[in-house]
Amino acid sequence: MPSADEVKNRIEAAIPGAEAEVQTPDEVHFSARVRAGAFGGLSRVQQHRLVMEIFDGELGGSIHALELKTEAT
Amino acid sequence: MSDTQIRDLIAEAIKDNDVILFMKGTPDQPACGFSMRTVGMLQSLDVPFAAVDVLPDPRIRQELSSLSNWPTIPQLFHNGELLGGCDIVTEMYESGELATTLGVETPADAPAEAPTGHPAQAAPMGIENRLR
Repeated sequence: MPSADEVKNRIEAAIPGAEAEVQTPDEVHFSARVRAGAFGGLSRVQQHRLVMEIFDGELGGSIHALELKTEAT
Repeated sequence: MSDTQIRDLIAEAIKDNDVILFMKGTPDQPACGFSMRTVGMLQSLDVPFAAVDVLPDPRIRQELSSLSNWPTIPQLFHNGELLGGCDIVTEMYESGELATTLGVETPADAPAEAPTGHPAQAAPMGIENRLR
């Protein structure tokens, strides 16, 4: 089970310049707010894809749900 | 039915319906809190929408996700394009963008905050599997 810090670090490592705030009540359901310059010019769907593909294969498994809010900086 | 046939049917449904929601369960009996919330938002905007339950055959979800390049359910499409899942739809609902995008006026009695689902009340697995 990943910790909130682990999820945060993985997002920030995968998306250059990203800042993530991650919360989890149970290390299965996560909610993340991600701001990144890399999101500029992308639609919300594309922004979410960038984050979700980091956890490809884990979503629905060890990560039950990842609630996302993204913002271009 | 082959995987390709399922995929073609999904593509056709997305093309044929201006607003279409792929969800777990049905609008009357959602089987997941996120699907329930998304249905609630569409209903409070009085938007007519088509709904497809992905639960009866796991291949529906598989083919949908490979078509849309989106891993989770629900998925809301408008004019053939993926608007997003529950989080994006919620954000759009609360900013008024969802009504604008779907070309409706926000009804006066629509709640400003997205109607919250109650995932704890979602139907248990036994009931999900009963669907069709």
